[in-house]
Amino acid sequence: MSHVPVIATEDLTKRYPGITALDRLSVEIEPGVVGLVGANGAGKSTLIKILLGLSEATSGRASVLGLDTVSHGPQIRGQVGYMPEHDCLPADVSATEFVVHMARMSGLPADAARERTADILRHVGLYEERYRPIGGYSTGMKQRVKLAQALVHDPQLVMLDEPTNGLDPVGRDEMLALIRRIHTDFGIAVLVTSHLLGELERICDHVVVIDAGVLLRSSATADFTRASEQLAVEVTAGTEAVARALTAAGLTVSAAGQILVVEITGEDTYDVVRDTVADLGHGLLRLEPRRHRIAEVFEGGAADVSAA
Amino acid sequence: MSPQPEAAPSGVIHDIGYRGYDGPRLGRNLVARALFFHSLRGVFGIGRSARSKVMPMGLFAVIWLPALVIAVITVVTASQGLLNDVPVQFARYPMLLQPAVAIFLGTQAPQAVSLDLRYNTLPLYLSRPLERVDYVTAKYAALATGVFILLAIPILTMYIGALLAELPAGEQTGDVVLALIGAALFSLVLAGIGLLIASLTARRGFGVAAIITVLVMSYSVVSGLQGIIGHGQSDLATAGWLGLLSPMTLVDGVQTWALGAESSAVAGPPGDLAGLVFCLVTATVVVGSYLCLMYRYRKVTV
Repeated sequence: MSHVPVIATEDLTKRYPGITALDRLSVEIEPGVVGLVGANGAGKSTLIKILLGLSEATSGRASVLGLDTVSHGPQIRGQVGYMPEHDCLPADVSATEFVVHMARMSGLPADAARERTADILRHVGLYEERYRPIGGYSTGMKQRVKLAQALVHDPQLVMLDEPTNGLDPVGRDEMLALIRRIHTDFGIAVLVTSHLLGELERICDHVVVIDAGVLLRSSATADFTRASEQLAVEVTAGTEAVARALTAAGLTVSAAGQILVVEITGEDTYDVVRDTVADLGHGLLRLEPRRHRIAEVFEGGAADVSAA
Repeated sequence: MSPQPEAAPSGVIHDIGYRGYDGPRLGRNLVARALFFHSLRGVFGIGRSARSKVMPMGLFAVIWLPALVIAVITVVTASQGLLNDVPVQFARYPMLLQPAVAIFLGTQAPQAVSLDLRYNTLPLYLSRPLERVDYVTAKYAALATGVFILLAIPILTMYIGALLAELPAGEQTGDVVLALIGAALFSLVLAGIGLLIASLTARRGFGVAAIITVLVMSYSVVSGLQGIIGHGQSDLATAGWLGLLSPMTLVDGVQTWALGAESSAVAGPPGDLAGLVFCLVTATVVVGSYLCLMYRYRKVTV
């Protein structure tokens, strides 16, 4: 694998009148599925526009696939796919016609454009409906068409801006699985933005958190979730007594309703919990390891940053 | 596609996996050309829904049919020896059908640009190798070519009629070439104005109304005033200058002065200075609307 980062920024700053959208952002992103997380207005879309060469940075530099965004805009755009956050589909043409056209706009010859369109629409899960006008599609189908047009020219990198926006839970799961496949099966690097941390935790190899244009954290998803592991314990009765007994046994316990959360200190933590509950004569309903959610780490991280 | 294995049960979709693309990737110019042809087809509703075809095809028929009738009349009457020149000068045809041409522009200019604005499709173009200037050039060229085809086919139909009627071929050929140059001027001026107006609104209805109003109203007002001043007060010079104020009479003036056509307006440009001014204004309108379009699209946020 090459060591050129897919995306690299150096002191990237973007100021609009009255607003600083990006503030000296320096980040390097390796191939894989990378999540860009931040609240609305954190600067996610601004960053993507600068990376595509559609918007000029006030200062600083950025490169995509090793190419400078200012001097190599067209070359970058030829090898990158972009799925915008907003609606961008004409209502009166079919998905097939639209994606073929977009493939041609990416420089594919007519035959290749048709062939790739048929392939990619199948991959994103659009079948018979592809011949109907897009105006009649559900939000989920429209998101799939938007994704298809970003992938149709077989780019090296796709930038997906809030791809799960407006989807119901099932559609959200399908979209996330699809995004994961873009990297694992299609071999395309992915930059995906979301304001929902839980989503990205499930599919990303690496998460970049920005807030108000400032980098909060950039690390592998595993680092986020490995931080500390916990055990969720639920017993048939005497929750308080069990909590006291576990604390007495030297474990850190916190209660969340009927569930006790026990910090795992090692392999023997499981045995200690089992024996303690059995000694008290209660039944053990649940004993499952629970990972920290990125959100919890993020909240902690944000608190640290603001405290610093 | 490779044939399915015989043992496979029917109705099963085989996932042959993702295939990459190693084929050629065309450069900016060829992409712009593809956009040009796509837009040109769109001007006539080809490749869009059946409903989108009704207006352009209907108007094309409305504009073409009179030429066909004239061609037939030319052939029939000439064969009876009743005619020694074409009943309608080729160069006058665009002015004759100008209301229909205005409606065509009114419906098709917004079709070319407002849809991309309304549906916010522009970011998808601009996130590809294409630059804004390519987009504007392709759209302008496509609409101008569309209008030219709309005007050139009837003119050529009448020309074929004249040839079949065995009118002097050399003379007719000279006339038709000049008429086609005039049609090209009409196309550039009308497409420029039409696109500029259409690009200002994402609402297609506004675009349609605004273009028809500008083209038809300006023509009616100018030719009305020309009538009052030219015929009523016998001031043909002032009437001629008034022709600068509407796109149709403007190009008609250029045709009259530079291409030696008969004026279809009340009065053509009075004198060579006026003729030159008409030509300059025409060039300014074409270049100006292109530059304004460029400026307009620089402002479109992505």
